[in-house]
Amino acid sequence: MKILTLNFLTCAVKACKGTPKSHPLHPKDAELVQDELELNADMIVNVLPRLDWQALRTTSSELGFPPLPEQPPTAEELTADEKALKDLHHLLMETSVSEGKLVCGNCGHEYAVKEGIANFLLPSHLV
Amino acid sequence: MSRPEDTLAADVYYDDSEARKYTTNSRIQNIQASMTHRALELLDLPGPSLILDIGCGSGLSGEILSELEPEEGGPHVWVGMDISPSMLDIALQRDVEGDLLLADIGQGVPFRPGSFDAAISISAIQWLCSAENSETSPAGRLSRFFNGLYASLRRGGRAVCQFYPKNDQQKKMITEAAVRAGFGAGLLEDDPGTKSVKLYLVLTVGGTQSDGKGGDITGVVEGMEGVDVMDARKKMKSQGAGGMKKGSKDWIIKKKEQMERKGKIVKATSKYTGRKRRVAF
Repeated sequence: MKILTLNFLTCAVKACKGTPKSHPLHPKDAELVQDELELNADMIVNVLPRLDWQALRTTSSELGFPPLPEQPPTAEELTADEKALKDLHHLLMETSVSEGKLVCGNCGHEYAVKEGIANFLLPSHLV
Repeated sequence: MSRPEDTLAADVYYDDSEARKYTTNSRIQNIQASMTHRALELLDLPGPSLILDIGCGSGLSGEILSELEPEEGGPHVWVGMDISPSMLDIALQRDVEGDLLLADIGQGVPFRPGSFDAAISISAIQWLCSAENSETSPAGRLSRFFNGLYASLRRGGRAVCQFYPKNDQQKKMITEAAVRAGFGAGLLEDDPGTKSVKLYLVLTVGGTQSDGKGGDITGVVEGMEGVDVMDARKKMKSQGAGGMKKGSKDWIIKKKEQMERKGKIVKATSKYTGRKRRVAF
């Protein structure tokens, strides 16, 4: 489960729909893996405006990474600064949660992650 | 041969042995690959995009998304949802690049609004039509799925779902649920009337397209060769207004017949009925 995906994932419980605390999900007892993926600058620039930067800062610090800047870089800044691009690529695409739990800040539901796959099957009373 | 959806639920049908058989069958691989390419053609993505693969299974279509050449707009980053742990297990073994979610699409699509550029689904959504237990109905699952999908796509995004409806009723149920969720919807039928007919539900999310084509669904197949457009919407409109103009001779005669049926006294129809009178003043 890449950090990129975590930035878009929300709690699936019906009661949490639309509540601000249901995103981002908070990693608990998380094990991380680092992959190597070819840098795709077009992809990062495409996704940049849709990233929830504050949520990304939250997730990144919860996982023990050095803090990200307060404001997101603009597309021009990223294409100019190759190091910033590579760092963002490394965080979003190459870092993943392989084991652990994702906890909703609103209802407390815990989604298990095993071998990188998050289990989002809900019992019917929560749907 | 009975349809898989009529025998068992999706997560039970695709157990370890069935999942392995499905993925290693070269005929299935070829069919799924060609359908994925057709769906990509319909999605018409301008560049590397974030795609949701609905019912990703063992990642057959996902691999194609990850390996698409830059000249064709790739490579794409995708997130897949599937209900069968066995199928996802095979995806892990095949070391797919996309992120995998063990989830029931009939429960919704758990992502922030406007997350994805596009969504793709190959041979999956017909599973939503099976009545599985007393707690959820197919209509409920379909509406939760399409509403969730609509929200999770960015404005101007598209979704293409290839599916196998059991009958016209299922086809209608699925299409209506999509329209009710707010999508612009069209059905593309490849090889119609043959045994190998393939049905693609093409969905657009309102908002301006980056190329300014506008939101109408027929814009999706504009410029594609060999595609006939049958627009059921135009037919309904003409029957309403263009049918019979109010005040014309035909309309007058129709009204006279109506009144006569009601029992009222009506003057006889002659060549003078509805004739243009000379303006007196």
